[in-house]
Order: sequence, then structure tokens, then C-alpha cells
Amino acid sequence: MKERELIADIGIDQGAAKLTPERIESVINTVLDKETGARLKAYVDACVHCGLCSEACHFFMSKDRDPAFSPVGKVKQTIWKMLDKNGKLTVDEIKLCAQVAYTECNLCRRCVQYCPFGIDTAYMMSIVRRICHKLGVTPQYIQDTAHSHSATMNQMWVKDDEWIDSLQWQEDEARDEIPSLRIPVEKEGAEIMYSVIGPEPKFRTQLIYQAAAIMHEAGVDWTMPGTPGWDNSDMAMYTGDTELMGRLKRMHFDTAARLKVKKIVMGECGHAFRSVYDTGNRVLGWKMPPVPIIHALEFYWDLLNEGKIKVARKFEEPVTFHDPCNVVRGRGLHEKAREVVRAFCTELVEMTPNREHNYCCSAGGGVINCGPPYKNARVTGNRIKAEQLKATGVKVCIAPCHNCHGGLEDIIHHYELGIELKFLGDIIYDCMEKPGAV
Amino acid sequence: MHAVYNFVAGPLAWLAWAVFFLGIVYKLVKSYQSAKDKDPVVLNYMNLKYGLRSILHWSIPFGARNMRLNPVMTVVTFAFHLSLFIAPLFLMAHMIMLDEAIGVSFWTIPEGVADILTLVVLGACCFFAYRRLTIPEVKYVTTASDWGILAMVAAPFLTGFLAHYQIGPYNPMLILHILTGEIALVAIPFTRLSHMFYAPLTRAYIGAEFGAVRFAKDW
Repeated sequence: MKERELIADIGIDQGAAKLTPERIESVINTVLDKETGARLKAYVDACVHCGLCSEACHFFMSKDRDPAFSPVGKVKQTIWKMLDKNGKLTVDEIKLCAQVAYTECNLCRRCVQYCPFGIDTAYMMSIVRRICHKLGVTPQYIQDTAHSHSATMNQMWVKDDEWIDSLQWQEDEARDEIPSLRIPVEKEGAEIMYSVIGPEPKFRTQLIYQAAAIMHEAGVDWTMPGTPGWDNSDMAMYTGDTELMGRLKRMHFDTAARLKVKKIVMGECGHAFRSVYDTGNRVLGWKMPPVPIIHALEFYWDLLNEGKIKVARKFEEPVTFHDPCNVVRGRGLHEKAREVVRAFCTELVEMTPNREHNYCCSAGGGVINCGPPYKNARVTGNRIKAEQLKATGVKVCIAPCHNCHGGLEDIIHHYELGIELKFLGDIIYDCMEKPGAV
Repeated sequence: MHAVYNFVAGPLAWLAWAVFFLGIVYKLVKSYQSAKDKDPVVLNYMNLKYGLRSILHWSIPFGARNMRLNPVMTVVTFAFHLSLFIAPLFLMAHMIMLDEAIGVSFWTIPEGVADILTLVVLGACCFFAYRRLTIPEVKYVTTASDWGILAMVAAPFLTGFLAHYQIGPYNPMLILHILTGEIALVAIPFTRLSHMFYAPLTRAYIGAEFGAVRFAKDW
């Protein structure tokens, strides 16, 4: 087996330079001993090394079936090694652990569905990330977003006044089209708190406009927070910084509680949904989220079925639909999403495989957030997705997740697919009845 | 030779069964304790309905997508595991011993069927070995212990078959058969053969997570 190539990353390299053998051993064993239990033991003891998880992984399939990229192959290079050596790993081995866990696994959980025992490799990769975080060996770019979370409580270093400015700016823009539109900030007792991820005000601000237009035209009683807590995203979950994840989620839920809303509706983001609905609440000790969380896909479906939004015209070009892991494998929203797509589009061409079995975008799980050093590996590591997209023959792909957008965009560009990406909200905004518009 | 036979078929057999059962109980209690102390997620999210739903789906041949993607493996692995249980449990010779030891007996299978099942187990072991040697992703994660557990499973079937047909010296072969069977029993709780009782639990847990929390299928 050829030696694995390590990609230079200032965050990993400088963190690794400070490691001592004692520290490596003590951190690994402390995390394994204090933070893991029955699950990890059962997963390691039960795994029969059959390799049947391999074909589930887009990295494995795209890298010409290189066994180092199969889910079990990644476990072998990380967790098994830590257990076999009682935590006595070399610095280079730790660097490889960080590269594998942060940049070669999207935690998409597709392989979980292919393991006969249901072994959760994503969970094991999260433990590796937790260990790397505690060792201070994290990729620079994603660590920067975690720093931003810690300092500003949002992912993109958005300052408090910039946030409100962005909302007012989008309100102004939208009022050109719909004069009565408002973006209600800090409206106590509204039915819905709408929260977004940091990148929306930062560089996809028009999505806030679109969401406001949909909310307004649907006659929804909604509000957005004017304080930190507006950002539902969570890169701390992906760096392994559980404590910071707890702070972030607590602020988000606390904000909803302070505004006395009945539920939180969130934009088209996958990882934030995983954080708010699945992992963050658990860290805080809530079995299910303390305030009901509705993902945009489900919200659109509700609005459509309650007759609050109506189709003015159908989107004419054939479209395909990309199932994001965190809202499909993570929340089963694939059918509802398709119903909305079919309502607004003339033709939906399915990718194969689809729904729970869809291939990952290769951006999620914080992988795209690890930044430029890993871009080539990430894009060449998802050739299978390009083939899957190409086979549909359509020129428009709906991907209702920010990370999926980022990942698919790079793939479409690299493999010259000439496909245009859209959020489902783009289509709805474009094709719904807007009686308030002038 | 008789003394050795009496020992392996008597006290040693009792010991092997005791270690097998107590070992499993010990492992399960330890797992439960560990879940309670350090991994409460497992107990909090375990869900009978969705756990059983998942186990059921994965118990049906070709029920999961991955089984359809690997049809040969699916057929072999189902045939292997069924034969592995049916052949020793319902073998006439074993039943007589069981009856003599504790006065319990249930149905038996005809000899010809037992032969076929034994050959299925041995053939499947060869297939698994072939996979380990030839499929890169399997080879990559194969360790010495994988060969060990494969040998432990194959040995009692091979020696049983040889003893039955009196190929080679009968008495030593019979003793070897009993001994290898006992080694396999004792190994189950303490090696990765423990997937015998861990797999339904991990399956049930992920079934519960996928079914009750994530509203998605896990097959």
C-alpha cells in the first residue's frame, strides 16, 4: 500500500509542531475513556472487516476504489490505530488522523446505511475530530470559522450592527418590489423565528430578501433576532469543539425563548439543521430540540399545502434534485421536497441513486470549510457525483443546502457540466404568486 | 484416548458452555453499564419499534440496497449464517449428547442435510478467505485476527465432517472436533465473533436513530 500523502495545512502543521508524545497519549486516552462508551466498543468489537461499507463512500468510488478511502479504511487509519497503540501515536500519524477525519469524510452517514450492522462511521470520525481538536491540530480555515463563532457567535465575523444593516438593506431592496414588505426584527411573540447561517448576510444576502418575500406573501407572523443568536450554523460541531457547540446552540434556543416564538424556521442549510435538530440539543441535554425546528423544505411544503403560497407559473426547464444528507438521511424530507419541486417545476429528472441513497456533495461535514488546501482532493474525490449529475442530462439542479451548493458548484466547474444550481427558495420566489408586488 | 474423550466431551464441554453464556452476559452487562455511565445517548434513543423494524429489514435477503449491490455476498452470507446455526443445533449426534447430558431434545435434521449445511459453511469460509485475499478494500482492513476467527469457525465443521466420514484417524479427529467447537464457543464473547450479539444491538440502535429521530430508512 502506497504511503498516504499529507497535504500542507498551517493549522495542522503548526498545531502538530507543539505536540509531545505524552500529550498525544494522554489526550487520546482521556477522550476515549471519558467521552466514549458502549457504542464505540460495540462498533470496534463487532466490525468483521468485511469492507461492505466501501461502495457507499463517494471518495472511495471516485478515487478508483482506493481502500484508504473506504469508510472502514478510514477507521483503520484512525480509531483502530489509536486503540491498538493505546494512544501512542506519532505526530505524523496524528496529522494523518486529522486529514482523514476532517477532509476525507463528510460525516454524511451514507455508509451507515450500507453496513450490515449499522456501524456509524461518521460517529467514529467525529471522535477523531474531537481528539484532534483537543490536541490543537485542526485545519486552519475551519478553525478560523470556529474562532469567529467563539468571538461573535456567528460563523463569518459579522458584527452586530452589520447584521441589522444587512437585514435593513434587504428590506429596502425588497420594498422596491413589494412595497408593504417588512423584515420584522425582534418582534416578541411572533409565531416563527427565522434563523439563517452566517454566510447568508455575508455573501448570499439575496436569500434573506427571497425568504422575506415568501414570508410576507404567505402572510406569516415571523421575526428575525436583532442580537447574536440569529446564526444557526455550527462549525464547532465539525471541529470537535463540543463546548463551543453547546454555547452556540444555547444562544440560538435562548434567543427563540426570549422572543417567545412557537417555532424556529431555518433557511436551506443542512449542517445547521444537524446541529440544531440532532447534535446541539443533545449536548445541551435536550432529547429533542426545546423549540420545534422546521427546515425550509418542510416549511415550504407546509405553506404550499396550507394554500399560503400559490404557483403562478411553472419553472419550465427540467430540473434535478440533490438530496442533502442532513435533511434527508437526517430528517427524511426527501418526499416533501419533491412534492414542492413538482408543484413548481414542469419536469423533475431523478438522479440515480436518490433520496436516502443519494451521493454526498463532498462539501458537507465541514470539509469545504477546511478551505483551499483541500479543494483539489475534495473535487477529484467526488467524480462519482459529477457522473451522477451528468447522467440526468438536465441543466438545472436544485440543492437545498448551502454546503451542497458550494461543493456542487466546484464539481460542476471542474468537470465542466454546465449545470446551474438553485436553492428551492430561488424557484419558489421566482414562480409563486406575489399579489403584493408592483 | 477414552479418558481424553470423556474429559473434552464432559467437564470441558460444561466449562465451554458456561464461559460462552456467562461471557455473553458479562459483555452485555458491561455494555449496558458503559452506556449508562458514559454513552447515555444509546439508552435514551433506543426505540423498540424502529429497532425491530431495522433488524427485520436486514434479516430479509436482498431487503437492503447493499445486499442487492452484492448479490453473491448476500447469498453466501445468508446461507453461511443459517447453516452455521442449523447444522450444529439440529444434528442427530449432538441431540443425543444433549439428551444424555440434560435430558432435553428437539427435532433433528437428516444426515444428508447436515452434510450439505456443513459443506455450505466450509464453502462460505473459503469464499470469505478468497475475498480477504483478492478484494483490495477487504484485504486492506484484514488483520491476523480475521484469519483467526475464520479458522475458529471452519475448524469444528471441517473436523466434524472428517470424523463423521472417518477420514483420517477417527478418535483423535472426534476429540479435535469437540475441542475446536469448544474453542469457538469460548471465543464468541471475547473476539469479533461477538458480532453474534452485538450486531442486533448496533442495528437496533441505528434503526432507532434513523426511524424515530431522522425519519429515514437505514437500509
